[in-house]
Amino acid sequence: MQPPAARWFAWLPVVFVGVFFALPLTTVLSRGFSARGVDLLTSAATWRILGFTTLQAVLSTVLTVAVGLPAAYAVQRLDFRGRRLVLALLTVPFVLPTVVVGASFRALLPESWDGTLAAILVAHVFFNLAVVVRVVGGFWAHLDNRYEQAARTLGAGPITVWRTVTWPLLRPAVLAAAALVFLFTFTSFGVVLVLGGPTTTTLEVEIYRRTVQLFDLPGAAMLCVLQMAAVVVVLIVATRLQRRLTVRQRLSRSGVALRPVRSTTDRVLLGITLVETVLVALPLLALARASVRVGDGWGLDWWRALAVDGPTTRDVAAWASVRVSVSYAVATVLIAVVVGGSAACAIAYARRGADALDSALTLPLGTSAVTVGFGLLITFAVPPFDLRSSWIIVPIGHALVAIPLVVRTVLPVLRSMDPRLREVAATLGASVGHTWRTVDLPVLSRAMGVGAGFAAAVSLGEFGATSFLARADAPTLPVQIGRLLARPGEVNSGQAAALSVVLVVVTALAVVITERLRAPGSASL
Amino acid sequence: MSSTPEARTTDTSSSSHGLDVAAITVSLGGRPVLDSLSLTVAPDEAVALLGPSGVGKSTLLRVIAGLVTPDAGVVTWDGIDLADIPAHRRSIGLVFQDAVLFPHRDVAGNVGYGLDVIGVPEAERRSEIERLLDLVDLGGLGERAVDTLSGGQAQRVALARALGARPRLLLLDEPFGALDRDLRERLGAEVRDLLRALGVPAVHVTHDAAEAALVADRVLELVPSERGARLEG
Repeated sequence: MQPPAARWFAWLPVVFVGVFFALPLTTVLSRGFSARGVDLLTSAATWRILGFTTLQAVLSTVLTVAVGLPAAYAVQRLDFRGRRLVLALLTVPFVLPTVVVGASFRALLPESWDGTLAAILVAHVFFNLAVVVRVVGGFWAHLDNRYEQAARTLGAGPITVWRTVTWPLLRPAVLAAAALVFLFTFTSFGVVLVLGGPTTTTLEVEIYRRTVQLFDLPGAAMLCVLQMAAVVVVLIVATRLQRRLTVRQRLSRSGVALRPVRSTTDRVLLGITLVETVLVALPLLALARASVRVGDGWGLDWWRALAVDGPTTRDVAAWASVRVSVSYAVATVLIAVVVGGSAACAIAYARRGADALDSALTLPLGTSAVTVGFGLLITFAVPPFDLRSSWIIVPIGHALVAIPLVVRTVLPVLRSMDPRLREVAATLGASVGHTWRTVDLPVLSRAMGVGAGFAAAVSLGEFGATSFLARADAPTLPVQIGRLLARPGEVNSGQAAALSVVLVVVTALAVVITERLRAPGSASL
Repeated sequence: MSSTPEARTTDTSSSSHGLDVAAITVSLGGRPVLDSLSLTVAPDEAVALLGPSGVGKSTLLRVIAGLVTPDAGVVTWDGIDLADIPAHRRSIGLVFQDAVLFPHRDVAGNVGYGLDVIGVPEAERRSEIERLLDLVDLGGLGERAVDTLSGGQAQRVALARALGARPRLLLLDEPFGALDRDLRERLGAEVRDLLRALGVPAVHVTHDAAEAALVADRVLELVPSERGARLEG
C-alpha cells in the first residue's frame, strides 16, 4: 500500500515559498543590480559598513567561543549540584527576542556604552553563548574520554592532552558552532539597531535605514545582495573546512560518565562557568529593575503608562501591541502548520525530489530576516499585489521563518511511522484519503502541536522582517519596544523595559507549552 | 634487553621492588567495586588477573595507572607512593580492550605519540617508529589510517604505542577480548614473548583462564563479593 501521492501535498508549500520567498528574492536581485544600486558598490561608506559588520561578527564569534568552551565542558563533563539548572539558565538568552536582548543591555550598561562596539559584543556573547554550550557541549558529552586517558598513560600532561587529543577531536564541533555564531552575528539586526550608533552600524541596520529613512530602495537591495553573497561565501568556507577537519571517530552513544570535580583545572573551569551563569542573569534582572525604577525611587508608573494613548492617533497605547502580537502569532501558527505540515508530508511521501523540496523550504531560514522583510515589502507594495497595507503580510513573513522549524519537527515523526499501519487500514477497506486521515494525521497532530509552539515563539519575537512590514498603527510587541527605545527620556525607556518584560513572559509561556507537548526523547532544536 | 624465561627470578616476597598495591578500596557511584585488594608485581614478572566481566578488573588497572583515585589504600613502585603522581608521570602503560587508537592520527602518529610527548628529534622518531612497528609485525604500515586496520592489527598498534612511551609496567585490559580464539592465543603468545624479551613487567586482565595461563607467570583470580571484588590466587 503506497502512501498518498506527494503532489497532493507539495503544491501548497511550493506555491507559498515561490510567491512569498522566491519572487521577492528575484525582485531584490533585480532592484539591487539596477544602475543606482550598483553605484553604491563604489561608495567608501558601503565598504566601511561591510568591514564593521565583518569585524564585529569575527570578534563576537571569537569571544563567544572563548566564553562558551569552559561552560560547555563543565556542564557536560563535570558532576556538580545544579548542573541542569546551569545548563537551562545558559540557554535562556537564546530564546529571548533580539529586541529584548537590546533592551536588557540598554538597562544594564551605563549610557557611555551607547553606540559602542563593546556594547554590541557583550550582547552578542550573551545571546549566542547557548549555541556554543549546546553544540560543542552536546558533542563533548559523547566524546570518548578514553582517548584522553590513553594519552595520559603515554606521558601527556593536561595541556598536551588538550592540544594533541581533545582539541583535534573537538574542533569540528567548535567550527560548526563558530559558523552558526558568525552567521547570527553577521546578520544581527535587533541588537545592533538598539545598541549600535552612527559609526557602529551593520549591513542589516543600514538596509533598514536606507529603506525607512532614506527611501533608497535600490541601495538597500544592493546591500541585501552583498549580504547574501557574504553569507554564501561563509557557508562554503565553513563547509569545506569542516569536511577537512572532521575525524571519523566512535562516539560514546550513551554519553560519557560525568566526573567529580577534583583537579584544580576542573575547579577553575567550574568557577568560570558559575560566574558566567550569574552574569547571564544580570541583563534580565536589570530589565526587570528598569521597569519599576522611576527617577530615584520605585513605582509602577511605566506599567500604567503602557495603557495610555499617545498624543497622535497613530500613537496608540503600547499595551495594544500585545493584542496585535498575539493575533499575528495565531495567524502565523495557522499558516505555518498547514503549509509546513503539507511540506513535511510531501517530503516524506515523495519518491524523488524530496531533498530539493526540503532545501527550498529551508532557504528562508538561511536568509536574513531583514532581507525577507525587505523583499516582501518591495514586491507586494505595488498593485496588483498590494498586500502592504493588509495585516496578513506580517504573519506571512513570520511563517516563512517558522515553516522550516515545523518541517523539522513533523518530518522525523512521519518518517519513523510503521508503513504496515497503512497496509492494515487498506486491508480493512479504507481508501487512500481515509487511511491518511485516520492513520497518518493522528500521528502528525502531536508533532504539529510542537511545531505550532515554535511558530508562535518565532512570531512573538520576530523583529527583523516585522520592522519592514508592520503597519504604523499596528506595531507588534518587538516593534513597539524598538520604537520606545528609539525615543529619548526615561518615560520611553521605562515603558520599553516594562513591555520587554511582558514579551519575555508571553514568549516563555509559548516555549513552556511547547516543551509540555513534546514527546519525551524526541529531537530538540 | 633480552632474557630467557629460565633466567628470570620471581621474588614476590620483596615488596620494595616493582609494583605494590596495598589494601585498595574503590566504590564508583556509591557501588563498591574493589574491597581492600592487595597485589604485588615483581619488576620482571607477568601477572594475569582472571575474573568475570564487570568484576572490577579494569577499575584495578585504572587505579594502578592513576586514572581512578582509590577511596583507600596505597599504590607504590619501588617503595615510592604514587598517590601524588599523576597518570602521565607514572610511566605505566595501558592497552585498552578495543585499542582506542587516536582517530585523527595515522598508525605512525599513534605509535609515535609517546615519543612526541618527550620531544624526540624527527630522524630518531622515524626510526624508532619503524623499530616499534617491526616489533609488533606491522613494518611498513605507518601511513595507514587507523580505521582501515583489522581488530588484531589495531591491538598490535596499541601495544607498539604503549611500548613507545617506554613504560616500566604495562597494563593490558582484555587486549584480545574482541578477537576470535585462534588469533587471541597467537597474539597472547607473541605479546608474552615480546614483553619477556623487553623485560617489561605486565598485569594482564582477562576473563579467559586459558589465555591467563598462557600469558602470565602467575594467575590471580578476582572474585566478586557484596563489598566489592577480592583476590584469590
